[in-house]
Amino acid sequence: MIIQTKNVDFFYGAFRALTDVTLDFKKNRVTALIGPSGCGKSTLLRLLNRMNDLIDGTRVEGEILFEGQNIYAPNADPVEIRQRIGMVFQKPNPFPKSIFNNITYAPKLAGIRDRGEIEALVEESLKRAVLWDEVKDILTKSAMTLSGGQQQRLCIARALAMKPDVILMDEPTSALDPISTAKIEELIDTLKKHYTIIIVTHNMQQAARISEYTGFFYMGKLIEFNVTEKIFTNPDAKQTEDYITGRFG
Amino acid sequence: MNGQPTHSLMKWRYIKQGVFFGVVRFAALIITLALLGIIVFLLAHGWRAITWDFLTLSPMDSMTKGGIMPAIVGTFYLTVGAIIVALPLGVVSAIYLTEYAKQGLFIRIIRVGVNCLAGVPSVVFGLFGLGFFVVFLKFGSSILAGALTLGFLILPTIIGAAEEALKAVPQTFREASLALGVSKWRTISRIVLPSALPGILTGAILGVGRAAGETAPIMFTAAAFFTSVLPRSVFDEVMALPYHIYVLATAGTHIEQTRPLQYGTALVLIALVLGVDLVAIVLRSMVRRKKRW
Amino acid sequence: MCAVAGSKPAVPAKPKKRTIMESRKRALTSRVREIIIKNLFAFLAFISVLLLGLIVLFLFREGLPIFKQISVSQFLFGSAWYPTYNPPEYGIWPLIVGSVIVTVLSCLIAVPFGLLAAVYISEIAPARIKEILKSIIELLAGLPSVVLGFFGMVILAPWMQETFDLPTGLNIVNASVMLAVMAIPTISSISEDALYAVPREYKEASYALGATKYETIAKVAIPAALSGISTAVILGMARAIGETMVVLMVAGGSAAIPRGLFDSVRPMPASIAAEMGEAPFQSGHYHALFATGIVLFFITLAFNLVADHISNRFKEEGSGTL
Ligand SMILES: Nc1ncnc2c1ncn2[C@@H]1O[C@H](COP(=O)(O)OP(=O)(O)OP(=O)(O)O)[C@@H](O)[C@H]1O
Ligand SMILES: [Mg+2]
Repeated sequence: MIIQTKNVDFFYGAFRALTDVTLDFKKNRVTALIGPSGCGKSTLLRLLNRMNDLIDGTRVEGEILFEGQNIYAPNADPVEIRQRIGMVFQKPNPFPKSIFNNITYAPKLAGIRDRGEIEALVEESLKRAVLWDEVKDILTKSAMTLSGGQQQRLCIARALAMKPDVILMDEPTSALDPISTAKIEELIDTLKKHYTIIIVTHNMQQAARISEYTGFFYMGKLIEFNVTEKIFTNPDAKQTEDYITGRFG
Repeated sequence: MNGQPTHSLMKWRYIKQGVFFGVVRFAALIITLALLGIIVFLLAHGWRAITWDFLTLSPMDSMTKGGIMPAIVGTFYLTVGAIIVALPLGVVSAIYLTEYAKQGLFIRIIRVGVNCLAGVPSVVFGLFGLGFFVVFLKFGSSILAGALTLGFLILPTIIGAAEEALKAVPQTFREASLALGVSKWRTISRIVLPSALPGILTGAILGVGRAAGETAPIMFTAAAFFTSVLPRSVFDEVMALPYHIYVLATAGTHIEQTRPLQYGTALVLIALVLGVDLVAIVLRSMVRRKKRW
Repeated sequence: MCAVAGSKPAVPAKPKKRTIMESRKRALTSRVREIIIKNLFAFLAFISVLLLGLIVLFLFREGLPIFKQISVSQFLFGSAWYPTYNPPEYGIWPLIVGSVIVTVLSCLIAVPFGLLAAVYISEIAPARIKEILKSIIELLAGLPSVVLGFFGMVILAPWMQETFDLPTGLNIVNASVMLAVMAIPTISSISEDALYAVPREYKEASYALGATKYETIAKVAIPAALSGISTAVILGMARAIGETMVVLMVAGGSAAIPRGLFDSVRPMPASIAAEMGEAPFQSGHYHALFATGIVLFFITLAFNLVADHISNRFKEEGSGTL
């Protein structure tokens, strides 16, 4: 158990986007969050590393525990939390800097100055993200020159360089072609040995392929949470069944 | 959370942030105080000079007494003239730039031209007005020459504002009209222009404020040191508020004696200009708030 | 909204009893009208360019005759400006130096303030304060330069003279401060646009990597907005170098090369504005002032073209290559 949400409600101004979400994320497992558009998947994901703090007029109720500590406690520091819980976005968003500087962004902020250490970290992160072979000769080139799929893997490498425990992914393959998608899925499979991964996806097959646990959301509520196999073969709730068989959503 | 050595680093990072935010807020505060300071000083020194007589009489006793009525009237004529020149030309240019042609060399040249025109120093406009309107076209130093010079000076401002207003009109409006078989010009004149009107108006008002406050362009083209009579035609010279301030403050033998008049004139001018600007700002924010297409 | 409902779209009147010939004629005249309008508008839009050409033409017409009397380099680099002496000397080097000094100094003041204000408005300030500050900066931009010159003359100058025990408060520092007040709005509003245009994704990526707000601003937002910010600085400088009334009233007017920051100077616009009234029509002095205008014009033109170039390159490449 690495992250637990307890009775979480979330509001954008007066609009209630999440209602009473209670959910446990297991360490070093891949958990998929699925559900129709607008049901609050991204909202929940962004709550886990306090990205929603950046939106004015939002409010959280309930508790979210990371390693047993409430990340919304008054003394909790969002910056430190985000260093331990990395995030990969739907659209690849590398900085308009060189590949190398994209990776070193977080480590440098964390105070790593030693050149050798940094270079080793860059190599390691890129290797873990299965991008090293493609970019090792062009590390000083702008990250914007990479293909979309490469950019997304760069963003994953960039998050890995921060040495997080958890990686949040919000539809990381929805802007990519099938081949790049397959690469990212493979990558997730290798990463789960070392990291807890929470992934939002609209792609049922993807969820079934890569995740061990799946949560189904509908209109801001967690309808069903279980091991992936169970959700996809024999869901308890009628709504879940309707959704995964494509009857709505 | 857990890392002990990172804790002091974290603290340091937040200290840097705190210092930076402090500096940024300080800069914003200083800018605010600069504006307020200037206004308050002029108010404090000038409010006593503002009387009915001051606003309605001509200067007397070689401009050491009396009022500034001719200067107010002159500024009014020059400003109105400038808008008459700049508004139609600016709006038409903006329509061409946004509605008719969006790319190509011709447009690029026009855009660069407008940008460069916006950057021409006001004193150079003055020289141009002198060389072209006053001397070459033989208008003499006159309302006509001054208004044309000021009009061309504010032309880029008007074009910019009108363009912005036109671009803010949703494309669907145009498409809806064009799809009904309405010609392009009718679509523009009946649909696009009315929707853009408040924005264009805002730009025009800002242009008025700019024109009313300029000194250098009218120094050699329109402004008279002193006239006791009001202008009777566009070929007459006029007094103008900005030039009057300059004259009182720098020329003549009674600089100290006429300080109250100087403060008073400066106060009238900024009340006029900032008042006009404020109207534009309020109007624009109203338009933006209302605009929920 | 109301515009669509309010104005009746010009649906052609019902072509009930119109012959084909008639409606063709109608279509033809309407097409001709469209073409005429388009070309007319193109011409009117082109007037801005013509105007620029006319400005150059008339500056040259009135300014070039001075070069029958002296050479271009004598004019630009001559160190004595005694246009009313006999024989007159028309070296504008001291005026150029004066312009450069007050411009650089004013930008040293205006750039940090303008940039910080832009950062505050676009990244830090709460919504209400942001609106207020934007209005304040706009009003500051609207202050007539003659009023700023007047303020510098009657408030700042006596204060400086007394506090620093100077022979005169009308000097480089005073002029630079007042010019900075004029340049700050330019710099701040253009920089703010540039910061505002930085994609949200970059900032989110930075936060998600555990950066503080300050780090996000300093390491992501400002670098991504850099070309817009450079444009802002260049245009701010152009504004300062071309500004007339402030330097006319506050710089002190001495046409000598200054030795210190509290010396008087006579920047080019001040010289033109102050002397044109007295220069006899089409005299050497008159032509020399126009020639000074040429120099001023081309300096600001260069600044504007560079700014235009930078902001265009920015537009084409996006913020992709920093
Ligand atoms: N910044 C915001 N301000 C106000 N409401 C928001 C905001 N972001 C999301 N919402 C609302 O919250 C609800 C949940 O949004 P969320 O983005 O979490 O959905 P989602 O499940 O990720 O959908 P999708 O699959 O389309 O990405 C939606 O109704 C959405 O309109
Ligand atoms: Mg989403």
